[in-house]
Amino acid sequence: MTVAQRTPLVEMRNVDVAFGGVDAVRHASLDLYAGEVVGLVGGNGAGKSTLMRVLSGAHPADSGEILIDGQPAAIRNPRDAKALNIETIYQTLALADNIDAPGNLFLGRERTTRVGSLDDSSMESETRKVMGRLNPNFTRFRMPVKSLSGGQRQAVAIARAVYFNARILIMDEPTAALGPAETTQVRNLVRQLKDDGIGIFLISHDIHDVFDLSERISVMYHGRIVDTVNKADVTPDDVLGMIILGKKPGEVSEKELAQLELRG
Amino acid sequence: MTNVAEAAPVSSKTKPPARSSLRGLLAQTEIDLRLFGMLLALAVILLTFNILSGGKFFQPTNMVTLAVQATGVAIIATGMVLVIVSRNIDLSVGSLVGLIAMTYALLMTDILPHALGMPADFPFRWVIALGIGVGLGALVGALQGFIIAYIGVPSFIVTLGGLLSIRGVVWYLSGGAAVSGLDPNFQLIGGGAQGSIGGTLTWILGAVGCLAIVALLISGRRQRRRYGFSVRPIWAEVLLGVIGCLAALGVAAFANANLWPQGLAIRIAAEQNLGPTPAGGWQIPTGVPFPLILLLGVTLVMSWMATRRRFGRYVYAYGGNPDAAELAGINTRWTILKTYVLMGVLCALAAAIASARLNGATLDVGQSYELYVIAAAVVGGTSFAGGIGTIPGAVLGAFVMQSLAYGLSFMGVNSPGQNVVAGVVLILAVGLDTFNRRRGS
Repeated sequence: MTVAQRTPLVEMRNVDVAFGGVDAVRHASLDLYAGEVVGLVGGNGAGKSTLMRVLSGAHPADSGEILIDGQPAAIRNPRDAKALNIETIYQTLALADNIDAPGNLFLGRERTTRVGSLDDSSMESETRKVMGRLNPNFTRFRMPVKSLSGGQRQAVAIARAVYFNARILIMDEPTAALGPAETTQVRNLVRQLKDDGIGIFLISHDIHDVFDLSERISVMYHGRIVDTVNKADVTPDDVLGMIILGKKPGEVSEKELAQLELRG
Repeated sequence: MTNVAEAAPVSSKTKPPARSSLRGLLAQTEIDLRLFGMLLALAVILLTFNILSGGKFFQPTNMVTLAVQATGVAIIATGMVLVIVSRNIDLSVGSLVGLIAMTYALLMTDILPHALGMPADFPFRWVIALGIGVGLGALVGALQGFIIAYIGVPSFIVTLGGLLSIRGVVWYLSGGAAVSGLDPNFQLIGGGAQGSIGGTLTWILGAVGCLAIVALLISGRRQRRRYGFSVRPIWAEVLLGVIGCLAALGVAAFANANLWPQGLAIRIAAEQNLGPTPAGGWQIPTGVPFPLILLLGVTLVMSWMATRRRFGRYVYAYGGNPDAAELAGINTRWTILKTYVLMGVLCALAAAIASARLNGATLDVGQSYELYVIAAAVVGGTSFAGGIGTIPGAVLGAFVMQSLAYGLSFMGVNSPGQNVVAGVVLILAVGLDTFNRRRGS
């Protein structure tokens, strides 16, 4: 069964987002299938994060449509997105620094006892299980996450996204704060999640990460989607050209190519 | 569950802190060091005044009066912690206390008997008055909270406006006059010999407190065992239990050392035909005054809400990182609005104590409360950066500030002098805390 015959997990059609007078995202259309990774690349301010924030409910689109499993979905806030099993690992990690790892993992979805009180022991126990897989050496379950290392904080943010049975996962620069060993760990995790049938949007400006992990690559330039290409059909240089010039490989003139060579 | 078994070795890998130093020993008991430090500071302040006054300061009457005077500020400070933790402020609490105190006075002297046909002997009239006051507080809090959370006007501005305008409304309500003459039952909320729970109940309360501490320690230990987490060493559990019990029973003993004033005891004894005055006079312990019971209840409920409920978790999460709370799907506006509703309710309770003690209301009930309340919260470890602060800390902070004020006035220092000391202590306390945190991080 080829990818094209299935119903996409996510379809974003003609999404527009403007901040004040500036168009951050213009007529952007994207899709994502179960069990695939779509890399989203582009220069600073190309609109990658903004487009993904629309999908995760952090910022409403001004216009455009989102379909989940082929059904139109109204995503007005992060709660709506989570109800659709869309989980996000934000570039900023979005952790409450003063609260411990279990508190952050279950933030907004706390487990409670029969009388409605927080069930901290049960949440800590679950956190120990999921963190045991992501970061086996982690022991500081009762420390505010402020006191954790960059890698540990990242692990908490990832744990939060994968714990709640995500079907659609948005990873915004998931390896930016990590060392080589931890980066390998995250890459392995991405492959594992993909095999579990989760659809993943991967934002990264590490072109090697993207080539290594994604099936397809969408390139954004000044708020537009330049093109979405199959990884097998392009070289990293083609993608770099799209990122820098904002044009599909066939549309680039000899002159522009020469300029690119000079810059590269 | 195999996963729990897998998790257990992880926890056992965490080494217990070294036992060699005093700090290490303290760490093993998992006592909150800040709170411990504040208790020490409070003890030092009280002891110093006792020595300076030649032992007179520690008379039960003084201690009970001091504690009762601190209750109003302490009750509101428990709510101010949540407001400041969520990066807001409430400057309107003093005026709101004034408004609600005046409402109680007008209700019981005029509105209830005349407009609503509830004369002084109407059953549970004081409960009705209290209910209306609490409702009014919640309403004003909700209005301010709505403007802050949903319209987005900064809390400093909204509550500064509240401070000014609500105090003005108090004047209009009473036509500028003081109102006195409350329901006798309502007056008991303010404490005094009759407004106390008596000797027997005080002992029972001390015993219950003692049992509750032991039960909490045992259930906490059992809970952690069940999930295979590390537990405190047994000596630390026993030590905490013993100290907790001694504190609960000690406070009970102290409250019961406070006796009814002789004149009042003789009059009441005559009314109730208790027979002739015994040799050496009546020795009736007053026990814990009602306002302190109220404060105890408020502290327990507020601590429970702050640490054991979703609402509290959201308040702290928002204070730590507003964006993270929003992205986690928390309804942050509703959470903020609720903190102000809570403030209104607490102001109504504080106003009940204040008006009951006055047997009425004047135009300036609750004047400057906002400053004392904020000072209590901040001395108690609440940080204006947001996300940090505890309710027991704020209550202790209120007691520290009140002990200083009471002790100084006991030593004959006038009110401006007390203010100088209070201001310096506020800056010192926060300065020391900032220094400690910086060194710690």
